[in-house]
Amino acid sequence: MAEVHQPLAHESARLHVSGAATYIDDIVETPGLLHLAFGLATDGHAKLVSLDLEAVRAAPGVVAVFTAADIPGENNIGPVVHDDRLLADGEILYPGQPLFLVAATSTQAARRAARLGKAVTEPLPALVTIDDARAAGSQIEASQRMARGDADAALAAAPHRISGSLEMGGQEHFYLEGQVALATPGEQGQLHILSSTQHPSEIQHLVAHLLGRSHAEITVEVRRMGGAFGGKETQAAPFAAACALVAAKTGRPAKFRADRDDDMMLTGKRHDFSAAYDVGFDADGVIRGIRIEMASRCGATTDLSPAINDRAMFHADNCYFLPAVEIVSHRLKTHTVSNTAFRGFGGPQGMLAIERVMDAIAAHLGRDPLEVRRANLYGPGRDLTPYRMTVADNVAPAIIADLAARTGYAERRAAVDAFNASHNVLKRGLALTPVKFGISFTTTHLNQAGALVLVYADGSIHLNHGGTEMGQGLHTKVAQVVADVFGVSMDRVKVSATRTDKVPNTSATAASSGADLNGMAAFNAATVIRERLDAFAATQPESAGWSFDELCRRAHLARVSLAATGFYKTPHIEYDRPSHSGRPFLYFAYGAALSEVVIDTLTGEHRVVAVDILHDAGRSLNPAIDLGQIEGAFIQGMGWLTTEELVYDARGRLLTHAPSTYKIPTANDRPARMEIAIWDRGENVEPTIHRSKAVGEPPFMLAISVFSALTAAVAAAAPGKGLPRLDAPATPERVLRAVQELRGRGG
Amino acid sequence: MIRFLLDGEVIEAEAGATDTVLDLLRYKLRRTGTKEGCAEGDCGACTVLVGDGEGWRAVNACILFAPMIDGKALKTVESLGGDHPVQREMVARHGSQCGFCTPGFVMSLYARSIGAAGTEGVPVGDVIAGNLCRCTGYGPILDAGEAAGVQGEAGPQDLPPRANPNPATADELADLLMAHPETQIVAGATDVGLWVTKQHRDLGPVVFIGDIADLRGVEESEEALTLGAAVRYSEARAALARLHPDLGELVRRIGGVQVRNSGTIGGNIANGSPIGDMPPALIALGAELTLRHGPARRTIALQDFFLSYGKQDRAPGEFVESIRVPRPEPGTLVRIVKLSKRFDSDISGVCGAFAIHIADGVVQQARIAFGGMAGIPARAPGAEAALTGKPWSAETVEAAAIALAQDYTPLDDLRASADYRRTVAANLLRRIWAEQQEPVSVRHG
Repeated sequence: MAEVHQPLAHESARLHVSGAATYIDDIVETPGLLHLAFGLATDGHAKLVSLDLEAVRAAPGVVAVFTAADIPGENNIGPVVHDDRLLADGEILYPGQPLFLVAATSTQAARRAARLGKAVTEPLPALVTIDDARAAGSQIEASQRMARGDADAALAAAPHRISGSLEMGGQEHFYLEGQVALATPGEQGQLHILSSTQHPSEIQHLVAHLLGRSHAEITVEVRRMGGAFGGKETQAAPFAAACALVAAKTGRPAKFRADRDDDMMLTGKRHDFSAAYDVGFDADGVIRGIRIEMASRCGATTDLSPAINDRAMFHADNCYFLPAVEIVSHRLKTHTVSNTAFRGFGGPQGMLAIERVMDAIAAHLGRDPLEVRRANLYGPGRDLTPYRMTVADNVAPAIIADLAARTGYAERRAAVDAFNASHNVLKRGLALTPVKFGISFTTTHLNQAGALVLVYADGSIHLNHGGTEMGQGLHTKVAQVVADVFGVSMDRVKVSATRTDKVPNTSATAASSGADLNGMAAFNAATVIRERLDAFAATQPESAGWSFDELCRRAHLARVSLAATGFYKTPHIEYDRPSHSGRPFLYFAYGAALSEVVIDTLTGEHRVVAVDILHDAGRSLNPAIDLGQIEGAFIQGMGWLTTEELVYDARGRLLTHAPSTYKIPTANDRPARMEIAIWDRGENVEPTIHRSKAVGEPPFMLAISVFSALTAAVAAAAPGKGLPRLDAPATPERVLRAVQELRGRGG
Repeated sequence: MIRFLLDGEVIEAEAGATDTVLDLLRYKLRRTGTKEGCAEGDCGACTVLVGDGEGWRAVNACILFAPMIDGKALKTVESLGGDHPVQREMVARHGSQCGFCTPGFVMSLYARSIGAAGTEGVPVGDVIAGNLCRCTGYGPILDAGEAAGVQGEAGPQDLPPRANPNPATADELADLLMAHPETQIVAGATDVGLWVTKQHRDLGPVVFIGDIADLRGVEESEEALTLGAAVRYSEARAALARLHPDLGELVRRIGGVQVRNSGTIGGNIANGSPIGDMPPALIALGAELTLRHGPARRTIALQDFFLSYGKQDRAPGEFVESIRVPRPEPGTLVRIVKLSKRFDSDISGVCGAFAIHIADGVVQQARIAFGGMAGIPARAPGAEAALTGKPWSAETVEAAAIALAQDYTPLDDLRASADYRRTVAANLLRRIWAEQQEPVSVRHG
């Protein structure tokens, strides 16, 4: 039986449920282990004059205290642009920035001591909000422009023209396992680092530069993460680098397990955005021309913000053909924590903007928003994106049609209207929104992967690849692929930790690409061995009767190599960033969701009543895992747009830095009725691994249907008054404010 | 030293008064299945079961001090052996992804499967409302909980004797606090625990009152409900719901099962938080507080206990002994409403409680109290006056709603703006009127 396309359990499921899955903090602590904590800046942007660390050094249990001056190599943990300090040097850029590093005999001792440091500073003005930075012209890089056709002329000539804007908040990853790393010094300057990271190679490279060592001297390893969601792509670096520094300086193993509040304060989040639009359209709501201007809070350093904001531009079309379009993106530098990768990587913000435009057009024309959405979909002769890539695999119209039919959209809409006609306090809203998400790293060289497959003489198989396991089931899928190549069951394939000394120069496990890239690399490695075995078997007349074990044993005796590396690079992609044109993506993943909500117009409280999802996973490698990704992403997206609110004060200090104040969805927030299906006609037109499609990020944006439905419910509180001004996250307070503003409008 | 039963074995372990059970498990006993997600009782990754003469209950080990399991039994995810129906269902239904929160969910569902405290007759969604998962979206976990069902199990047997002395009666506690008034009282540690794990405070001498039988009484009479100060939310919930369903619903939304299995009504009052959920409800119902100082007792109206932000009418060495909640008179309209960003396990932006006694169409008496609107839980004198003696009508309600908005000067904070607080406080009164005509709850609408 083929192992691929089967709903097999996660390779670690039995370990998870019994508490036996090992995370870094679960490893037995060796004698002499040092525990670390950062001393954090409390007050944001300032000149750092000096640090008074006498009380820290004198505190019980403290073994060593380090500052920027103690770093032997480059004081940088920035992934692309080298502007991220491990420890502040001369200037404090944001509240929560690490100033010094404490190593102590216990976690408690380190954390207590870290609070005793005194920074002598001269406060400087802080740019905290998007508006602050825009007014000051503070950017991490030049504004970017993506355009096709003459948007201004199209706007001027359009029969209808409206403009508006939308604010959308950021999002904390809230991986359940906080940031953690453990470094152990070896012989001859070697260092072994366990890091809860999506990007072991980057940790390896940063640590090497930080300590002035070669890549080959640093080994980074991760077996599994307790969640990541993009928050451990670059943000694992400070903790791993701190461990490396202490281990190198003291010769003792060092562990950094971040306190949850510190973790939330000093690591980056999803970018908050402001988006404005000016759109021209005809009487059917078909867009003639559009200008979209986006601005995001990038924080104090560059991190991945250029690529993230690029992806916001790439998805500002979503599934819609924009005949004449100009998209402008401002990347603002503020004195707040540097924002970073988070599932969707800018895509959700761009997509939310264009979905707001669809709702605005519908409200203006008094039409059903789904009609307007369908009228604007890509189609024959209308298939060129703003970045000049042809949409060659457009299944959005088919998925929308299937979902509308299976949910009885028209009847659902009528029922909602009837409810609203008979209720004054409660109002319902309904929305069906699609998703099209481009698959590939938009930085072309990242689209490569390696794998190492070892077959032992007893027929058991050992698999390594460059991808990391954060719960998404990557190791399960890749093991299925390898098992399938050999025609054996998956339990024969042992997936071990991701290690930089097994597979080098890897890319981050990110951009939903894990299974596409590593699955293909592992397939290639396994196929090399399979072909050797087949060739050997062809020489052996009795081989037809051999088991796989027997074949391996005999092949070994016949001196056939049973180990191979595999490599894969994504074909066909090329992109010219200066002109923002080319083919950044190999293909698109699609989906659609219908959400129904109810709001209380007196308090703004709301609830998602029902959700129906149809999602395209191509030919799913593992439907059970993909369904889990779809549901989890949807609920996470719903949290972004409803309950999860990051609140900063005037100095840029995060006030919501623990689950007591930052509220991700709980089980009861899951819609009472939730139907999720993988689209049964899904098949990748590109020759990806078994024609599957990436699934990690795309379904996150299905939750935009919740936000649109909330907008519709607010609109129902004052029929005929147009589109409500609802910003995200739609907390009860924002919903109530939108109801009041709408009811207060003239006409 | 403490002594407790773990999977049939008596464990004796060195532990300081404010060492957590989580750290004891993970770093001394090498039971690392129990995870730390937040160290403040909000995520449930550290869920374990504590057992004593009253049975088993799921609690958060991260804010449970080691002496609180002295003489008791403990179960962790390792105790289940890997093949319990809850574990099998979680695997079969793909209930884990990253796996880090999973042991906590397994323990919450296991608690339900054996009918542990606070889970009886409770939907699976409520049983796991104190457990956060960031990967799955919860569907498979809810299904696993349903599928695993409820089998029931006896409480722990052969509990070891405590290793530490602790006051066994209210009298002993009174004597101790008279002699050492600086002693920190710890009941469930759902608040005090954070002083240690988050603020890294040294609490000095502490006394644990969670097992003092005299403080754990639940007495229901025709006139009133009297609760001892150390009665946990989960133990009081049914009696409170019998007093009024809105009280039961309010308790449902305080923390998760783990918090309600630890936190006490007395602690919620005595710590004087302006955003505690019980005080406004109990003030509107006219609750009284009995305070004990050595041999002396005094009884005051609950509303008079809260003097100003962070300051209560409690002398050094004095402690809250019990709370008496009178049953509402027939004809009293009681509504208690909590508003928060998230439905479950969140802290109120606004918590409002109304007890409006109507006879012959006229408001005889109105008691309205709010949390989140001032530095202390406080009454709404303007709105009460606007209602009292007036016909119960849309006009009266509107006049009172306008007055209610003037009764408080709330603050902007991370939970809500002052403007929202003032607006919804008034709207809650309007909603009470509206619900006579149509449904008003998004939970049922």
